Amino acid sequence: RAKGKCLYIVNYSTDFEVHRNWLAITHNLPISQWYYEETSEWTLDYPPFFAWFECALSHVAKYFDPKMLVIENLNYTSRATILFQRFSVIFTDILFVYAVRECCRCVNGKRAAKDVLEKPTFILAVLLLWNFGLLIVDHIHFQYNGFLFGLMLLSVARLCQKRYLEGALLFAVLLHFKHIYIYVAPAYGIYLLRSYCFTANNADGSLKWRSFSMLHVTLLGLIVCLVSALSLGPFIVLGQLPQVISRLFPFKRGLCHAYWAPNFWALYNAMDKALTIFGLKCNFLDPTKIPKASMTGGLVQEFQHTVLPGVTPLATLICTFISILPSVFCLWFKPQGPRGFLQCLVLCALSSFMFGWHVHEKAILLAILPLSLLSVQRAKDAGIYLLLTTIGHFSLFPLLFTPPELPIKILLMLLFTVYSFSSLNSLFRRERPLLNWLETIYLIQLVPLEIFCEIIFPLTPWKRHFPFVPLLLTSVYCALGVTYAWLKLYVSVLTERISVRQKAE
Amino acid sequence: MEKWSLMTITVLLALTVRWTVSLGSYSGAGKPPMYGDYEAQRHWQEVTYNLPIRQWYFNTSDNNLLYWGLDYPPLTAYHSFVCAYIAKLINPDWIALHTSRGYESQPHKLFMRTTVFVADLLVYIPAVIVYCFSLKETSTKKKVSSALCILLYPGLILIDHGHFQYNSVSLGLALWGVLYLSYDWDLLGSAAFCLALNYKQMELYHSLPFFCYLLGKCFKKGLKGKGLVLLTKIAGTVVVSFAVCWLPFCTDMEQIMQVLRRLFPIDRGLFEDKVANIWCSLSVLIKIKNIISPQTQLKLSFALTFLSLLPTCIKLTVQPSLRGFKFALVSCALSFFLFSFQVHEKSILLVSIPVCLIINEIPFMATWFLLVSTFSMLPLLLKDGLLLAYAVTTLAFLSVCAASFSIFEKTSAEDLQLKPFSLSLKGYVSWFKSFPKIVRCLFLLSVTLMGVLSLMSAAVHPPQRLPDLFPLSVSVISCLHFLLFLVYFNVVILWDSKNSRSQRKIS
Repeated sequence: RAKGKCLYIVNYSTDFEVHRNWLAITHNLPISQWYYEETSEWTLDYPPFFAWFECALSHVAKYFDPKMLVIENLNYTSRATILFQRFSVIFTDILFVYAVRECCRCVNGKRAAKDVLEKPTFILAVLLLWNFGLLIVDHIHFQYNGFLFGLMLLSVARLCQKRYLEGALLFAVLLHFKHIYIYVAPAYGIYLLRSYCFTANNADGSLKWRSFSMLHVTLLGLIVCLVSALSLGPFIVLGQLPQVISRLFPFKRGLCHAYWAPNFWALYNAMDKALTIFGLKCNFLDPTKIPKASMTGGLVQEFQHTVLPGVTPLATLICTFISILPSVFCLWFKPQGPRGFLQCLVLCALSSFMFGWHVHEKAILLAILPLSLLSVQRAKDAGIYLLLTTIGHFSLFPLLFTPPELPIKILLMLLFTVYSFSSLNSLFRRERPLLNWLETIYLIQLVPLEIFCEIIFPLTPWKRHFPFVPLLLTSVYCALGVTYAWLKLYVSVLTERISVRQKAE
Repeated sequence: MEKWSLMTITVLLALTVRWTVSLGSYSGAGKPPMYGDYEAQRHWQEVTYNLPIRQWYFNTSDNNLLYWGLDYPPLTAYHSFVCAYIAKLINPDWIALHTSRGYESQPHKLFMRTTVFVADLLVYIPAVIVYCFSLKETSTKKKVSSALCILLYPGLILIDHGHFQYNSVSLGLALWGVLYLSYDWDLLGSAAFCLALNYKQMELYHSLPFFCYLLGKCFKKGLKGKGLVLLTKIAGTVVVSFAVCWLPFCTDMEQIMQVLRRLFPIDRGLFEDKVANIWCSLSVLIKIKNIISPQTQLKLSFALTFLSLLPTCIKLTVQPSLRGFKFALVSCALSFFLFSFQVHEKSILLVSIPVCLIINEIPFMATWFLLVSTFSMLPLLLKDGLLLAYAVTTLAFLSVCAASFSIFEKTSAEDLQLKPFSLSLKGYVSWFKSFPKIVRCLFLLSVTLMGVLSLMSAAVHPPQRLPDLFPLSVSVISCLHFLLFLVYFNVVILWDSKNSRSQRKIS
């Protein structure tokens, strides 16, 4: 896997500058300055553990090229810098590889296959290690997601292996590396509470209130407090906690990221725009009252909706909370062990992707990777996985927009799609087809959409006046698919629980 | 998993590796005044598009033959013309006469890389896939593994998509020729090979095996009846193919002579630069160029070449078999490479592709040979700045071959097709018991040596007195390897008899 990535080393993107800046900040300045430094526009907006990680890396970086560690060297780049940063990602991926190995051990190969290529563990390993989204985000675009997802998958594996404390510790550490994982914290919290703090169930599977274990709760609490103290402690002592929080949760940014993640708000915005145009045409609206800056300008600012009610961060929080409630209730009332936990995790991740504030398309990976674990075990999950992963990966296409990268992203996407479809189809050969005709047609339509966006549209005269149209089309089309997949997964989880409860009764 | 999905994944992987290597540097990047092969190809597009056909191979005021004059047969020129036509639609500056010399830009690089990619995709890759599917007595898994190993061969990828050339077209056409012959479609096979020959004259290395195999087939059918008919049909096909390709040049004898003079530059000397060839290696000890006159050099090299390939060719004519044909392609091309006149290091590809064809019969030796062939081109790749691509693709190739064919377990005399040879030697030598172990040790030693030398060439500066130390060492070591391989392949061919093959079928 690493060999494949070595060939991508020569590319460059803004994420390089972001991390170079953070290396410089953590190397040169004392802790008290880390969250106040503003020389560069890419300020430190990850929790303290990540800052310590960058600090550790910077001590290795000085042997490659000391000039990258000078804060004032904005947009500094050299071959040694790029080489160092690429290798650091490849190196930290070792944790991801280890986590995948642990996950594969949790997946039981009920179907005994003669051929190693058809074993669920092998398929899972390939689906995780060669995940297209992770590859292009980490190794072409440059981020450290592999290592962070490794931590998450490792904590999931530990929970599946009933090593609850280790799982909890790993998740707490992960939260302090990148706070986006707070989206899935409810799943962890409820599962640990239900299965670890209450150590036994009644005969019919419901909660045995008497089996509450004070010891377990204390241990969990201790772990969480310890990790938080280690991470945020120094900043609390310095009285910088509000500044850190404001850096970690920048609500000044708009509802939608520059490229419009395919979530509910993309559909909401598109509806708003459509109604605006309709209203203008039918003279229901006054043209002078509409703000000039449109949502689709592609800039990260605060915008206003014209026809539909505006959306505040609080509104998105409430929507997210309401959407994860059913899955959390399911997990509480009828936990089905690790599988139930995984289902809840995926639903939490997907629901927060659907309704979150300023969600980046990369966040779809938070749902796709755990879903891989479920997909090799049940045909229904495999079908939803194929749908979600193809759409999710397609929505990542706008991240790579230069002509040399076009063949690479198409080839890699085709590779992953062909492999996932053929391997999962062969795994569940004896059951119904994984996708129904509607879903198949929807996925096939992605091809003409891609051809239109990448090849035909740039050659038309509309490109100058409406440069955002390809992005708009991609986001809206993918949002439809993601919403459908989300609903389908929810329905399948809820009906599964209801049928189990009926069987128990 | 199904055959087609596995093959699709293999092809997609191969394409991804090719495009990723394309993103790297090319030959002569940013090195005026002459640049490199990339500029040569661009210049040929310029010449073929802007000048009339009668001037393509001549030295005129518009066409300076000293600046990358055309020195490949007409099909290359036609291909350049088609590319130039497309280039004109995108940006005429790329092929403007005289003013586009040394033109380098990102979009242009993208265009040139795409032409190589498309040529590869249309000619070479389908040939490999059809060939692997047509392999007899192999499981689906072995077929797909063979395809994967062949498509991941680093040498061709690095030269075509890195250094920048169009070898995949001529090699692909020759491969189609071999394919057609394996289905007994002799006329199509001859036509395909003639096209390959008219694309790059180096395919002459493969011409003798084709000729001997077809001649042997005709003899077998009986020279009085069907054989003669076949012979005339093949001859007719060859003449027609050549006529079609050379049609625009057939108007004037002078045209044909000039083209031939450009194709075979006899006055350029025995060898140029450092190449893993006998003459270059011998020149370390004795300066051949100074001792013998050019005429004698020519005669000596021809004599040695033909002497070394004579046994194989005679055997092939007498006993034409497909297996013998494929092995003969390897050993004849290798003889030509080692002993012939004016050989370039890229010509090793003409030996490597036939070796790829027999990878499922002798996986261990084939992998070893392919690694050495890539290593022998290291000085060229270093000059082009392709070190990283070289390291990654070679390691990937080695791991894929080791995993698919489990080569380290198959090193016995039987696996190396040396059983008949060992049987006849049994009386004389008794060390054949530890033969697998010896072979494995030699392989590891060789790979370590190549790895160390690669690292040193890349990282260490040579001493002042011997500036060519590393390229020369690479050439000499590769040459020694190739000599041993030549002996090995000849032994396998000469000792391979129908009896031994039927014995294997029974057991």
